[in-house]
Amino acid sequence: MILKINNVTKNFGGVSAIKETSFSVAPKEIFGLIGPNGAGKTTMFNIITGNYEPSSGSVIFRNEVLNGLKPHHIVRKGIARTFQNIRLFSSMSVLDNVLIGFDFQARYGFMESILRFPRFIGEEKRIKARSMEILDYFGMSAYAHDKAVDLSYGQQRKVEIARALATNPELLLLDEPAAGMNPSETEELGELIKKARSDFDLTVLLIEHDMKFVNQLCDKVLVLDYGKTIFEGKPADAICDPEVIAAYLGDFHND
Amino acid sequence: MVSQVSFSLEPNGFVAIGAYVTALLLISPDAKSYQYAIADPYPFVMTLQSNFVVALLLSGFLAALLALVLSFPVFRVRGDYLAIVTLGFGFIIKILAINHPEVTNGSLGLNDIPEFSNLYWTGGLAIVAVVVVLNIVNSKFGRAMKAVRDDEDAAIAMGVNTFKAKTLAFCTSAFFEGVGGGLLAALLTSISPDLFDFFFTFQLLIIIVLGGLGSTTGAIIGTVLVMGGSEWMRFLDEPMNLFGYETTAMPGMRMVVFSLVLIFYYAFCS
Repeated sequence: MILKINNVTKNFGGVSAIKETSFSVAPKEIFGLIGPNGAGKTTMFNIITGNYEPSSGSVIFRNEVLNGLKPHHIVRKGIARTFQNIRLFSSMSVLDNVLIGFDFQARYGFMESILRFPRFIGEEKRIKARSMEILDYFGMSAYAHDKAVDLSYGQQRKVEIARALATNPELLLLDEPAAGMNPSETEELGELIKKARSDFDLTVLLIEHDMKFVNQLCDKVLVLDYGKTIFEGKPADAICDPEVIAAYLGDFHND
Repeated sequence: MVSQVSFSLEPNGFVAIGAYVTALLLISPDAKSYQYAIADPYPFVMTLQSNFVVALLLSGFLAALLALVLSFPVFRVRGDYLAIVTLGFGFIIKILAINHPEVTNGSLGLNDIPEFSNLYWTGGLAIVAVVVVLNIVNSKFGRAMKAVRDDEDAAIAMGVNTFKAKTLAFCTSAFFEGVGGGLLAALLTSISPDLFDFFFTFQLLIIIVLGGLGSTTGAIIGTVLVMGGSEWMRFLDEPMNLFGYETTAMPGMRMVVFSLVLIFYYAFCS
């Protein structure tokens, strides 16, 4: 297991956003985190990335406890994420957006960059070439020098995923990657994620509302409702599960 | 996505540090011995002495060191709050200068600073500063700073140590403000705490906002426009003959006109 969530609870004041949730993600798996709005999915992401400290329980990544680590250290351990609402660096070019992901892997010092030492020039060349490779993989290298905000919505999504891959992750967290996309774009994105999983040796944990997309893509899903796990298993079974249906549509039969 | 711009409002403090350090290192012991009128100087003040280059470097490094210390409290907050906290530190430095006459000669200031600085020094160091800043901007350190400015949370998600990026930006600017203060002291030959009040920072703010935030070229153009413009408009302070109507001298008139020009610029051109 690459990621283990052990009995995690997160309270905000009197409200429990997540209650004693446990699950594990196997290497190379595409794992879906689904549930109605307010179920605690993004909170779970924020706990894994270190933005929130869990009230109790632990997050274990590759046999290492992540609790208490700073978010930027967790990224460097190999967990990258994208955001629900695209958050590219708006004043920067597409290439610079991807370069940011490589920056902690570039080995040169502050004075070396001021004095333009050979090591600086070499390292910059190396990470620029690798950024272009990633952009090329996503078919975005033609836009490398455009401003990220000038791209279309679908292209910005791709750049955001490219940027996350630049940090060289083993686990990629995607927060509603298909949001705001039309059916054909969604399908293309699904194929891209599958392809990236094998080409970059990724494990993917994603939040998504589009059940067709989840069905097509995920090996396994976890359904959350009010911070509690109500289903864990194959996506096709989740759709038929009475408790899941009740969570989404309300309970008609009892009472 | 609106990027969150955070202003540091204490350049005046760092410029003051640089000016005082350079002044204390350059004024001859002889000149020091008669100008401390408020209190007797500490013995170490009398022995401080160095050449101009060392004085400028020390000015820069001490300002940067202070910035490093201040970054721990300052970067606990973001945005408007950061502006307020740094504004406070700017005032504190000026007040410290007034209240420690044993070092700074209080509100009387320091005089008889040898006039080492000239156009070549200031112009040359300005070029060096621009080159250094551009080299930083076009490196992973500059990219991290820009990322933090655009979206701090996204920067963290990309593995950027945002505290380090902010501290580096803060210390680098403090370094050059310190060196600038040293040049100022060696140009004016006389400094006092009043020189380093908030108006000083305000002028820098006008320059960078006019030039365009986040742009190095813009900062240079802004400097030329603001400093050159305020010199060029000096004639507005003098008595004038407007279409046969004599006006008296109105000191400060150019600042009024200048402010109006700025207001029109921001209202209609940006």
